[in-house]
Amino acid sequence: MATETLTLGKALNTGLRRALENDPKVVIMGEDVGKLGGVFRITDGLQKDFGDQRVIDTPLAESGIIGTAVGLAIRGFRPVCEIQFDGFVYPAYDQIVSQVAKMHYRSQGKVRIPMVIRIPYGGGIGAVEHHSESPEAYFAHTAGLKVVTCANPQDAYSMIQQAIASDDPIVFLEPKRRYWEKGQVDLDAPLDAAYPLHSARVARAGTDATVLAYGPMVRTCLDAATAAAEDGRELEVIDLRTLSPLDLTAAYESVKRTGRCVVVHEAPGNLGLGSEIAARITEECFYSLESPVLRVTGFDTPYPASRVEEEYLPDLDRVLDAVDRTFGW
Amino acid sequence: MAKGDPGVTTRGRRAAPRTKRAATAGEPELVQLLTPEGERIESAIGPDGTEYRADFTDEEYRGLYRDLVLVRKLDAEATALQRQGELGLWASLLGQEAAQVGSGRALRTQDMAFPTYREHGVLYCRGIDPIMPLGLFRGVDQGGWDPNEFKFNMYTIVIGAQTLHATGYAMGVHMDGKTGTEDGEAVIAYFGDGATSQGDVNEAFVWASVFNAPLVFFCQNNQYAISEPLERQTRVPLYQRAGGFGFPGVRVDGNDVLASYAVTRHALDNARLGQGPSLIEAYTYRMGAHTTSDDPTRYRIASEVEAWQAKDPIARMKAFLTKQQIADESFFASVDEQARTESVHLRERVLAMPNPEPVTMFDHVYPNGSPELDEQRAQFSKYMESFEGSAH
Repeated sequence: MATETLTLGKALNTGLRRALENDPKVVIMGEDVGKLGGVFRITDGLQKDFGDQRVIDTPLAESGIIGTAVGLAIRGFRPVCEIQFDGFVYPAYDQIVSQVAKMHYRSQGKVRIPMVIRIPYGGGIGAVEHHSESPEAYFAHTAGLKVVTCANPQDAYSMIQQAIASDDPIVFLEPKRRYWEKGQVDLDAPLDAAYPLHSARVARAGTDATVLAYGPMVRTCLDAATAAAEDGRELEVIDLRTLSPLDLTAAYESVKRTGRCVVVHEAPGNLGLGSEIAARITEECFYSLESPVLRVTGFDTPYPASRVEEEYLPDLDRVLDAVDRTFGW
Repeated sequence: MAKGDPGVTTRGRRAAPRTKRAATAGEPELVQLLTPEGERIESAIGPDGTEYRADFTDEEYRGLYRDLVLVRKLDAEATALQRQGELGLWASLLGQEAAQVGSGRALRTQDMAFPTYREHGVLYCRGIDPIMPLGLFRGVDQGGWDPNEFKFNMYTIVIGAQTLHATGYAMGVHMDGKTGTEDGEAVIAYFGDGATSQGDVNEAFVWASVFNAPLVFFCQNNQYAISEPLERQTRVPLYQRAGGFGFPGVRVDGNDVLASYAVTRHALDNARLGQGPSLIEAYTYRMGAHTTSDDPTRYRIASEVEAWQAKDPIARMKAFLTKQQIADESFFASVDEQARTESVHLRERVLAMPNPEPVTMFDHVYPNGSPELDEQRAQFSKYMESFEGSAH
């Protein structure tokens, strides 16, 4: 087993390279994905090795990227579109919601749009406005789209390849503040042996409370669990990985054991993923709950100026505070 | 219609005798090969000097006439079906038959079309059963056909969105190496005058231009976007927009089936040869309402409609065929009879369309399905079954 230590960004890059190698119909398209390798270098070196017909620098217009990718998909290609930042996806929103998501349904299954829309998302990098948002609820609310997010290099490597191989249109959210975090990646494991794409996974086993997180918040919650353990409290952290469809099987099982549940995400709380998750856990685990399901989220403000983003974003202390509150109910 | 290659065009030749450079004072040039009175013009020169001709056999002329009459009659039948409550909505093509038949017949078998929701005439000319889009308007489906099987994309209701799909598809044609020869593939994107204000259409222009996509942008300028006149969308003739994007544009008489054919065939052949995109503005008029939900008497005057009535695409073709003795009354009567038979057949099949089973709403949301949806479907089925045998 050849494992290598890679950053999450390099793991994505390696996964994209594999996808280009494995299927000549895979094309990468987006702004600055060619010579520059993307503003985060996720496509670094790919145009050099696969040419500008496979790795396409597009004009600067997001609706154009997604709309032309729809046409390429009808033609039989498998487009992997990069949206440069979360806050720039909205010009493409109509094409994503009204076309990408609905083409298979509209055609009664005769047209497939095997598209992956990669979006670096979330805050924590000290960026200017529009560069730190968490738009996952918009997409998870849309039937016809699937939404996934990775939290570590191994998942980044395998999930991006699984998403590209899937015939479902998939919004692939990349936790940009974690691009530089390193982890072990098994580069030789066959894709069909990888952990299933649309499945949550227990990231840390525990007995006292269940913490549900995804993307950039998984690391935060694991750190919180480490701190809680020092105080004698064992948190079970579940990395949701798939946001649409949700896979709450492990969460139900866990909450029925622990009786306590905290959901954590960067996106604003109002009608965020946490709301849906809390409702489902309440329905499924009602008689096991010792306290209401609590949410730790970004506030219902626009994403604030970066000098105060540390206070906006859920952190270790806010997670632990919520866990404490589940015990004080 | 027998397929030779009647749309012969020559680039750059100067005006010859009987060639019309159709510019009247203050009006942009309009490529026209058949006047409203049914007079044949041998050739016309486009704004870039291209000479357009369309030399058809008598059989082909009669075929074009037959198409025009058929699509108008089927369209009228659909309007009637809506008025009788059998369709939820209909977007009539009345007045735009020549633009659609001309461009539709100009497509070669391998070419791909991306329609709006009004291209029933193009659909017909692709050899597709006119029943195909009626499920959408009846409300029993939302399209449901395979674009690649018919070389005709599903109707797109969001204004202009399909121009980007056409552009991406055309980029794919190029990437597949299917351009550069006479049997190469070309793509046509239909849209209207209102759509030219959409960002997607302008983005499609940019993309098609910089990627040299084998694409023809076919704009049916029918003068109105629901109620808003052309002046609310543009201050320059639409075909001139192409220049700013770096490809040729031409305005054709959209009520002239011969000119619509010649201009489209030329643009498609340029595209398939690898010469990139172009824009055709088919200057026409929506004689009816935007859709059956619309009331055009609120925003336009009768005299304007009457003026366009005099430019009717079918009347001029009939006048031409009669004057040239290409067709006689028995032919016209036989076409009318065929149109009547086909429209009755269409009506019968619309009335026979069953409503879908409610549970089918859960079908085809995802190619790979979703456990969440499976659960909702199961719950819904159980709920529905709970009424079985009851007198609800």
